[in-house]
Amino acid sequence: MRTPPVNTSPAPTLTRPTPTRGAQLTQLDALESEAIHIIREVVAEFERPVLLFSGGKDSVVVLHLAAKAFWPGKVPFPLLHVDTGHNFPEVLAFRDETVARLGLRLKVARVQDYIDDGRLAERADGTRNPLQTLPLLDAIAAGRHDAVFGGARRDEDKARAKERILSLRDEFGQWDPRNQRPELWNLYNGRHTVGQHVRAFPISNWTELNVWRYIEREGIALPPLYYAHEREVYRRDGMWRAVGAVSAPLAGETVTTRTVRYRTVGDMSCTGAVDSDAASVAAVVREIAVSTITERGATRADDRISEAAMEDRKKDGYF
Amino acid sequence: MRQTLSDSTLFRFATAGSVDDGKSTLVGRLLHDSKAILADQLDTVTRTSTERGFGGAAGGIDFALLTDGLRAEREQGITIDVAYRYFATDTRSFILADCPGHVQYTRNMVTGATTADAVIMLIDARKGVLEQTRRHLSVVKLLRVPHIVIAVNKIDLQDYDEAAFAAVAAAVRRVTGELGLDAVHIIPVSALVGDNVVDRSPNTPWYDGPSLLELLETLPAVDAVATAVESFRLPVQLVLRPQGAVAVAPTDADAYRDYRAYAGQVASGTVRVGDTVTVAPGGGSTVVTGIDFAGASLDQAVAPQSVALRLRDDLDIARGAVIGTAGTMPQLVKELDADLFWLDPRPLRPGARVLVKFGTHTVQAIVGSISGRLNLDTLDLEEAQSLEINDIGQVTIRLAAALPAETYAANRRAGAFLVIQPQDGATLAAGIVTAAGPES
Repeated sequence: MRTPPVNTSPAPTLTRPTPTRGAQLTQLDALESEAIHIIREVVAEFERPVLLFSGGKDSVVVLHLAAKAFWPGKVPFPLLHVDTGHNFPEVLAFRDETVARLGLRLKVARVQDYIDDGRLAERADGTRNPLQTLPLLDAIAAGRHDAVFGGARRDEDKARAKERILSLRDEFGQWDPRNQRPELWNLYNGRHTVGQHVRAFPISNWTELNVWRYIEREGIALPPLYYAHEREVYRRDGMWRAVGAVSAPLAGETVTTRTVRYRTVGDMSCTGAVDSDAASVAAVVREIAVSTITERGATRADDRISEAAMEDRKKDGYF
Repeated sequence: MRQTLSDSTLFRFATAGSVDDGKSTLVGRLLHDSKAILADQLDTVTRTSTERGFGGAAGGIDFALLTDGLRAEREQGITIDVAYRYFATDTRSFILADCPGHVQYTRNMVTGATTADAVIMLIDARKGVLEQTRRHLSVVKLLRVPHIVIAVNKIDLQDYDEAAFAAVAAAVRRVTGELGLDAVHIIPVSALVGDNVVDRSPNTPWYDGPSLLELLETLPAVDAVATAVESFRLPVQLVLRPQGAVAVAPTDADAYRDYRAYAGQVASGTVRVGDTVTVAPGGGSTVVTGIDFAGASLDQAVAPQSVALRLRDDLDIARGAVIGTAGTMPQLVKELDADLFWLDPRPLRPGARVLVKFGTHTVQAIVGSISGRLNLDTLDLEEAQSLEINDIGQVTIRLAAALPAETYAANRRAGAFLVIQPQDGATLAAGIVTAAGPES
């Protein structure tokens, strides 16, 4: 009988004790392990996964988790960004640096292309977030992606609170909240038929504060506008809006320079800044821990449209 | 002593109860009184409550609006689907699965219970134990949820009467006694007013137990319980073998060219470097030479950590294999006795061809026979030719490939499985193994 060859894999150099309190993991370790388990399941069971990557903190955290899940190998799937054409330039720069540093592939689907050739029309309110759905679905179909990772969290919105970790979508990308697969134990069912795909949300169970504590613990880099900086802003809908090419003040809106930061980073036309002097991760964690307003309530004009704004967008194929 | 949040632990619990027991109100109260509801959310709910005339001229907040996330739910005043909620105290972060109480949505109760460290069951103090209370308790018993908390709600409407509470508590104890449930906690609460939800209430001086939140902060989580008694198991998710495609610095790339490790989440127990382990299927034994996690080397790992194991010998190990402590691994079997929680509108008939997913292994299977359907009121087995949605039945299952299946009583993770429709991929049932064998 042949003797099996000895495995000569080298040991990594770092050593650390298992971070447990008694027999139980700390909350960040438990959430991290759950997310990595989900990411590995999707990669094992699907042919062509892709990660939606905007450069926003949640997608940055999912990418960081993916890198840990497959260490010492590379992240084994490409990234996809739906560019509204109204993105913050510093976020796009961060996105491109990150992709280059990790040696990954990035595909960009541009809302502007769709507006230019008439497949989409600019909305009267100028908000482009709802316009992302069509380019997203086209990019998923063109890339024949059967699984799409996203950084959505259940604590963000009442409709998202009902979302599964693996969420089955039909060829129209539609979410049917009344007919979702039951999700049992940690056994994820990724079976789907031709034309269907699955949205996978590894950080479903994380809160905004969990995300920031994790960014602090892991030393994860973020676009600079998440931290306090001086910016020319004006007041609209109870939020500070940045002065920019696509977000100019109207007559009667006064521009001032304030120290602000962004709690969410999305389309410039509908994302607001908050007054903050939190210039470091630790300061942001302290700020979030005592915040009395939700991140979407504070910073997203599009979610203020109606109580069911997110539910309606999700049913149409949005995240 | 106040602990830092980063040291705090995670605790998952589910709520269950019949319609109108005030479950959504309790959840809203728990979130509100633990300061998890932020100002803008409260504004929205207060405005909507007033618009709908909640609480009459005096006004008030309809806490149910906080958790009913879908338009249809708000319109009909019911909860359709499991909603997940998050809140934290100084010592713990909580994940709450708010499960609907309607009979037709019992499948959501099963969903919530499979991941729960505890289930909070609401009982209306005026109505006492109902048929559905028994059913939900039976589900909780079968799924081995570690802790059961009975919240006897609307105690304010009984004028905080000790005798009224004692009568309900006695009825609960009779049912839980029949079911063989231990670790049952019974608390008098008023979700509407807030008695004994977060703080102990002066309105119930005759009750000397903890408030609901105090209890939730101190109950041990299922992984902490299971780690102590269950053997180590790691279902292999994938083999990490980067070859050329390494993410480490180019100077280290050569060192990882022959790297091979088995990635997975520890399902139960503890594994240490130097442990002798057995792999199933295959049956080969080897020694754990390293436990890696993203560049860190661990001396041990416990459930539910996601890690990668390096082994001394190159055994034939692929996705679907299970690595476990040598001497504790079960025999491979091709036949099972199982309880199925049937979740699909299409009924199960004997001879059905299905897929079953155990851990990371999905195999074809045939449901051989239906031994019977569980009567949830009497817990007797009744004869049945088929299983309908929301039925719990005993069946025999034949597997196309031999698996290291264990009973759910011995190991929660290794004894649990999904039943999947092969054509459309629907999740048909949650299954738990009641007997495995004979050896194949």
